Amino acid sequence: MRRRSKKRIKKGVSVLFCTCVYLFLFLPISVIVANSFNATTSKPYLSWKGFTFNWYIKLFENASLLEAFGNTMFLAIVSTVLATAVGTLGAIGMYRYKFRGKAIIDGLLYIPVVIPEIVLGIALLTIFSKMSVPRGMTTLILAHVTFCIPFVIFNVRARLSGYDNSIEEASLDLGATRVRTFFEITLPVLTPGIAGGALLAFTLSIDDVIISYFVNGQTKTYPLKVMESIKSGVAPDVNALSALILVGTIIFVVLTQTDILKRRK
Amino acid sequence: MKKKSKHEWRANTLPALLMVGPVTAVLALLVAVPLIYVAIMSFCQIDEYYNVVFRFTLENYKRLVSVNYLRTYGQSLIIALLTTVVCILVGYPFSYLIARTKSKKKRLLYMLVIIPFWTNSLIRIYGWRTFLGNSGWLNSALQFLHITGEPVEFLFNRGTTVLGMVYCLIPFMVLPLYTAIEKLDGNLLEASSDLGAKSAQTFFKIILPLTSSGIFSGSIMVFIPCLGFFFVSDILGGGNSDVIGNLIERQFQSGNNWPLGAALSIILILVTLILVKLYQKAGGDMDSLAL
Repeated sequence: MRRRSKKRIKKGVSVLFCTCVYLFLFLPISVIVANSFNATTSKPYLSWKGFTFNWYIKLFENASLLEAFGNTMFLAIVSTVLATAVGTLGAIGMYRYKFRGKAIIDGLLYIPVVIPEIVLGIALLTIFSKMSVPRGMTTLILAHVTFCIPFVIFNVRARLSGYDNSIEEASLDLGATRVRTFFEITLPVLTPGIAGGALLAFTLSIDDVIISYFVNGQTKTYPLKVMESIKSGVAPDVNALSALILVGTIIFVVLTQTDILKRRK
Repeated sequence: MKKKSKHEWRANTLPALLMVGPVTAVLALLVAVPLIYVAIMSFCQIDEYYNVVFRFTLENYKRLVSVNYLRTYGQSLIIALLTTVVCILVGYPFSYLIARTKSKKKRLLYMLVIIPFWTNSLIRIYGWRTFLGNSGWLNSALQFLHITGEPVEFLFNRGTTVLGMVYCLIPFMVLPLYTAIEKLDGNLLEASSDLGAKSAQTFFKIILPLTSSGIFSGSIMVFIPCLGFFFVSDILGGGNSDVIGNLIERQFQSGNNWPLGAALSIILILVTLILVKLYQKAGGDMDSLAL
């Protein structure tokens, strides 16, 4: 009997603790969402002046904010596609072939993962400026591809470590060309790793503040737009956009997750 | 003979080049060369218009040991250390509970850790400021309930900076811990308690050693970024709790002494190298840092 009540207390403490952690994680997000319905119109948009949907309408009149959001999406899609293509090819190539300098490539791969982002940001800024590359969308894409590639490679590599080479040999023996074998055998087997890497790359690109901050030139991404407005107070239409993005991602994930579950069945 | 080498070229060299070539080019041109250039720049001078002049000097490194800078390094290390400790103390029991729950909602519990991170980190940090500020929500609530008469100054100290850092970085602690704890074999824990071990003994002799890889990789992924996250200390620390990243950012924006900024970056590179070496010595796997 005593043991049972002890167990119950233990469970209660556990649930309470986890609830607190989740509250901590969701508190600022609730603040953001709540403030997107705040009727205040005076900077810094903090005190509560009643409920309104106005900011969701104003949002679509704010051309520079929408442009920044468009830039972020364009940048994330292009860098994800490029990083996934280059990373997947690289991971397979490094797994399959032995060549001189492989250890160096391996070592370089870890740098964007472990080094503080600001170091990579200023390093790219100085080299772009030295080479007189005009800063803008191109330099943003180059920077994002650079820090996304390792994440794609490590994900694909994790999948490769359980990979059976003999199915590829079988395909070649049966007369398929190398290219056909690659697209019909190798790629499908690696798809989960590639998809995981791509999703991570996309998330990192959308959220990136620090590296973009140094290489963007005049091109504003959505996070940089937020940064710019922080000094004067972030207007609730920015919050409204964040809330919409959050809802959008949740819907996307629910759809894709259930899709995965269905496929498993 | 010639035919054979031609075959070798088509069968091995060409595909290897096509596959590894692009990634090598990116890493060489956009990682190795820029970092080497930063190292070179840290020994350069500037002219009166703040242009970088390629004339050798140790002046930048001499300036690195000024008292003000030393104080910021110390503060930065303290903030990073506190953040890492808090992330372990909160993240470990939390990951343990959600990784070993028998509830059907396990997947949901895991997703709930990730969902907040789909909102931009700057906006979330600003959310904290909205909540904790002088005219923020917490103060409004406290005054409304007559608990305090005057607004309480929660913001702009080392504590709020640590709070923001923990907030930004805790998933990097929770996710590797979750993976390590989920892999734990339940039979081992049962065997340990069947053989008479107390729960504390089981924890320190079985659970902790088997999940230490998660603690190590989590700590690396929390501690190092902390030194550079200048926007967190900007927004929540208000200039009272700068990290090394703030010093670097200033030199590349308003201060405009790029060689000095480059020398400051070298400190961060060295700290990173040392910590990664320690991590590898402790048996850490580099690939698990990026998963």
